[in-house]
Amino acid sequence: MRLHKPWRLLYALPLIFLAIFYFYPLLSILSLSLMPQGRLDLSGVQALWTRPYLAQVLWFTFWQAAVSTGLTLLLGLPAAYVYARYDFPAKSLLRALTTIPFVMPTVVVGAAFVTLLGQRGVVNDWLMTAFDLTQPPVNLLYTVWIILLAHAFYNATVVVRIVGGFWANLDPRLGEAAAVLGAPRWRRTWEVTLPLLLPSITAASLLVFLFCFTSFGVILILGGPLFSTLEVEIYRQTVNYFNLSLAAVLSLVQLAITFVVMVVYTRLQERASLPLNLRPQSMTTRRPVSGREWLLVGGVNTVLVVFLLTPLLALAVRSVTLGPGPPTLRYYQALGSSPTQSVFFVPPIEAIRNSLLFALAAVALSLLLGLISAYLLAETGPGGRQSRLARALDPIFLLPLGTSAVTLGFGYIVALDQPPLNLRTSLALIPLAYTLLAMPFVVRSILPVLRGLNPRLRESAAVMGASPAQILREIDLPIIGRAVLVAAVFAFTISLGEFGATLLLYQPRYPTMSVVIYRALSQPGLVNYGQALAMSTLLMGVCLAGLLLIERVRVGDVGEF
Amino acid sequence: MLEIRTISKSFGVTPVLHEVSFEAGRGEIVCLLGPSGCGKTTLLRIIAGLEQADAGQVLFAGRDLIETPVHQRGFGLMFQDFALFPHRNVYDNVAFGLRMAQQSKAVIRDRVAEMLELVGLTGYEARRVHELSGGQQQRVALARSLAPRPALLLLDEPLGSLDRTLREDLMEELRLILKHAPVGSDAPAGITSIYVTHDQQEAFAIADRVVIMNAGRIEQVGPPLAVYRQPANPFVARFLGMHNLLPGQVAAVLPDLLVATALGALRCGRRTARVALGDNVVVLAPPDAASLAPPSAGEAQNLLQGQLLAVSFRGSQVKITLKVAAGAPLVFELPGSAADDLPDPGQPLRLALDPDGLSLLPAE
Repeated sequence: MRLHKPWRLLYALPLIFLAIFYFYPLLSILSLSLMPQGRLDLSGVQALWTRPYLAQVLWFTFWQAAVSTGLTLLLGLPAAYVYARYDFPAKSLLRALTTIPFVMPTVVVGAAFVTLLGQRGVVNDWLMTAFDLTQPPVNLLYTVWIILLAHAFYNATVVVRIVGGFWANLDPRLGEAAAVLGAPRWRRTWEVTLPLLLPSITAASLLVFLFCFTSFGVILILGGPLFSTLEVEIYRQTVNYFNLSLAAVLSLVQLAITFVVMVVYTRLQERASLPLNLRPQSMTTRRPVSGREWLLVGGVNTVLVVFLLTPLLALAVRSVTLGPGPPTLRYYQALGSSPTQSVFFVPPIEAIRNSLLFALAAVALSLLLGLISAYLLAETGPGGRQSRLARALDPIFLLPLGTSAVTLGFGYIVALDQPPLNLRTSLALIPLAYTLLAMPFVVRSILPVLRGLNPRLRESAAVMGASPAQILREIDLPIIGRAVLVAAVFAFTISLGEFGATLLLYQPRYPTMSVVIYRALSQPGLVNYGQALAMSTLLMGVCLAGLLLIERVRVGDVGEF
Repeated sequence: MLEIRTISKSFGVTPVLHEVSFEAGRGEIVCLLGPSGCGKTTLLRIIAGLEQADAGQVLFAGRDLIETPVHQRGFGLMFQDFALFPHRNVYDNVAFGLRMAQQSKAVIRDRVAEMLELVGLTGYEARRVHELSGGQQQRVALARSLAPRPALLLLDEPLGSLDRTLREDLMEELRLILKHAPVGSDAPAGITSIYVTHDQQEAFAIADRVVIMNAGRIEQVGPPLAVYRQPANPFVARFLGMHNLLPGQVAAVLPDLLVATALGALRCGRRTARVALGDNVVVLAPPDAASLAPPSAGEAQNLLQGQLLAVSFRGSQVKITLKVAAGAPLVFELPGSAADDLPDPGQPLRLALDPDGLSLLPAE
C-alpha cells in the first residue's frame, strides 16, 4: 500500500515529533552524563562503582526484578497451562478478569496494596478482630516482600497472555506422540513442551523483567524511603538533591540496560521462530474430565482471581468504609474541597479535570501521529513486502516502549528548559510525554489491521472514481475504525494513570490524579488517606471501563497487545 | 493379537462409538475405514491409550490394557500430520522412543541407522524436520514410530496430508514396509497395524482386512475384495462409490432370483443374502454391470429404459448418466468403444444389466 505523493509528506510529522521529543532529550542525557562541562568527562560514570551506594541501588534493581520475574512465572505458568489446555465455564470472563491488574495505573496498585496489606489495612483489621490482637500482625509495607507481590500481581497477566496464547496453539499431538513413544508425563514436559514453550517463556520473562526493572510507582509507594531502584534514584537525585549530572548517568545506565534487554528480546523472537504447526484453539482445549483436572482448573483460577482481585476490591470497599461509622461517601465529597491540613494548593477534584484534559490532548495527538506512523509502517514496496523505509523505521517506533517514563521526564527537564525550546514551565510538556508513551501502543493497535487491509478494496474504489480522500473516508476509516477506537482507549488509560514522567514534570498548581494519590498516600491523616483511596477508586473505575470497551470493540484477537 | 470388545465412548452428550468390536491377528494390517466423524480416530486413540473408553475392553496378547497408561503400552502411533518434534533433527526424532526405553547410545545409533535405511532417508540424520518435504516427513514419522519395535502400530490417516500423486506412490511402499518391518527377533517380519483412513482406495491398497465404520458403529468387516464385491448394506455401497441402488421386492426365488423394482423386474445371478419371497431389498448395480442393449432385444428382463443425460469420455471408458423413470439418475461406465454407438444426450437409451454383476443388499 502507498499513499499518494502529497499525502506522504505527512510522514515527516511523527518523525519530527520523535526527533524533538524523544531523541533530543535522550541525547541531552547522554551529553550531560558523559560531557557535563562540554568535554568528555567520565568521572560521573565512575561514580557507579566508586560509590557503594550506587552499586547497591543497581544490585537491588537487578535482583528485585529477577526475583519478581521468578515469582510472576510461578504464578503465571500454571494459569497459562490451564487457559491453554482446558475449556471451562466462564473462561473468557475469568480471562478478562485476570487482565485487569495490567491496565491499572501504578498509583492505583500502590494504593490497593497499602489498603490490603498496610498497617491499617484490611488484612490486619480482619486478623486483629478475628484473633483479638492488639498489634497488626502483618507488617509488609515498606519491605521488599510487598514490592515483589505487587510486581507479581502486575505482571502475571503478561505470562498468562504471552505463554498461554502460544501454548494454546501448540499442537497437543506432539506431547501425545512422545507419550506413545514411551515418555512419562515429566519427560513429555521436560523434553517436548518446555523446549517448545521456551521462546514464549523467555519473551514473557524478559518483558516482565523489563517492567520490574523500570518499576517506579510501586517501589516509591510500597517500598518507602529504604528502597531505591535506578528509576527511583533518578527521581530522587533530580528532585530531592538536584544532582542532574548523577541523574543523567543513572538514566544512561537505565537506557543502556533496557536497550540491551529489548535487543535480546527482538533477537530471541526472530531466532525462536521455529515453523511450528500451530493449531486453532478449538482443537487444543478440552473440558476437564477427572476430579483432579477440575481441582487443578478450579484451584488455579481461585488463586489467580483471589490474588489479582482482592487488592482492587479492598481498595474500592475501603474507600467507602474507611474510618468509624457506617459506609460513607465523605472521602469522595472531600475531593471537592481543600481542607487546611491538605497537602494541595488546589481542591483534588481539579486534579481530575487536569488529568482528563492532559489525557484528551494526548489521545488526540497520539492518534494523529500514530495513525500517520501506522500508514508509514504499513507501506509496501514492490512485491507486496514491507517497504525498505518502513522496515528501517519499524524498530524506531517501538523504542519508546522500552524507555522508562522517569528517564523520559528527566530528559525533558534537561533538554527542553532552554531556548530554542523552553517548555519547562509549559503545561504542554505533560501531554507531550503522554503522547510519546502512548504512541507505540497506538501504532501497534492499528498496524495489524492496516496491514491486513486488502489493497484490492482501495484499487476497486479508485477505479470506480474515488479520490484518495474519499478512499480514506469510505474504505479505510470504516475498517480501521475499531482499531482506532481501541488505540484511543489505550492512549487514554495510559495517559490518565501515568505517574513516572508526571511526577517529574507536573506544575504544583496543576497536579494530576496520580500525583494527588501519591502525595495523599504519603501524608498522615485519615482524610488524606481516604481521599487517596477515593481518587484511586475513581481512576480504577475509568481504567476498568476502558478495558471493557477494548474487550467489546476489539475484532477477534487482532492487534499486538 | 489385538481384541477390541464392545467399546463405547461419548464426548459429553454426543455418542462417538457404540459397542464396537473387532480383532486384528499377528502381523495383520487392519484398516478402519469410514467418513470423517464416524469415530475411527477416536477408536484409534482409545487403543493407543490417549482416550479412555466409557465401556468395553482393549485386549492385547490376552491382557486388558485399561489400566496401562499410554507411555507403557509399547505401541507406535503415526499422526495425520506426523507431529514430528520441530525442535529436534531427524536423528533425534527417530531416537526419541529408544531413549525413552533407556537403550544404550550404540544401540540407538544402530537402530536409527537401520530405520532410516528402511524408509530410504539415510544421510538425513542432521536435517531439521521443517526442511523436509511432506513425503520425507511422513517417512521420518514412520521410522520414529517403528524404531522402538512397537508391538502394534497405529496409523491415523498417515497419508492424509500429502498430495494425491505422492499418496498413491507411498501407499504400496507403506504396505511393503509394514509387511517387512523387522519387529523383533522372535516374531516373524511384519508388524500388526491398525490403519485409519477415509479413503477407500488407500484402505483397499494397504489392508489385509477393512473395518467399515459409520456413526460410531461397524457396518462391515472383511478382506478388501470381498467387501467391494458384496457390500453389506446400502451405506457401505455408497461409501465405496457405488450409487446405483434400486429398491425393490423379491418377486421370485426359484428358479431365478427376481426382484420387482420401479424400473421393472431384475434378475440377480449372485444370491449371497438369504432372502424370502416378498422381502424388501435393494439391488446394487455396479457401474460396470451395464452394456448397450442390442436393438433386437424385446421387452425382456434386466433392460433399463431411460434418457441419456450426459456422456463423459474418459479414454478407455465412457461414463454415462441415465435418467430413469424413478429415483436418482444412474451412472454407468461402458467400454470406450461404446462411445460410437451412443445417441446424443437427451435421446432415449436402453441398457442391459448383467445378472451376475448385480447383488442384493438389505433394504434401508
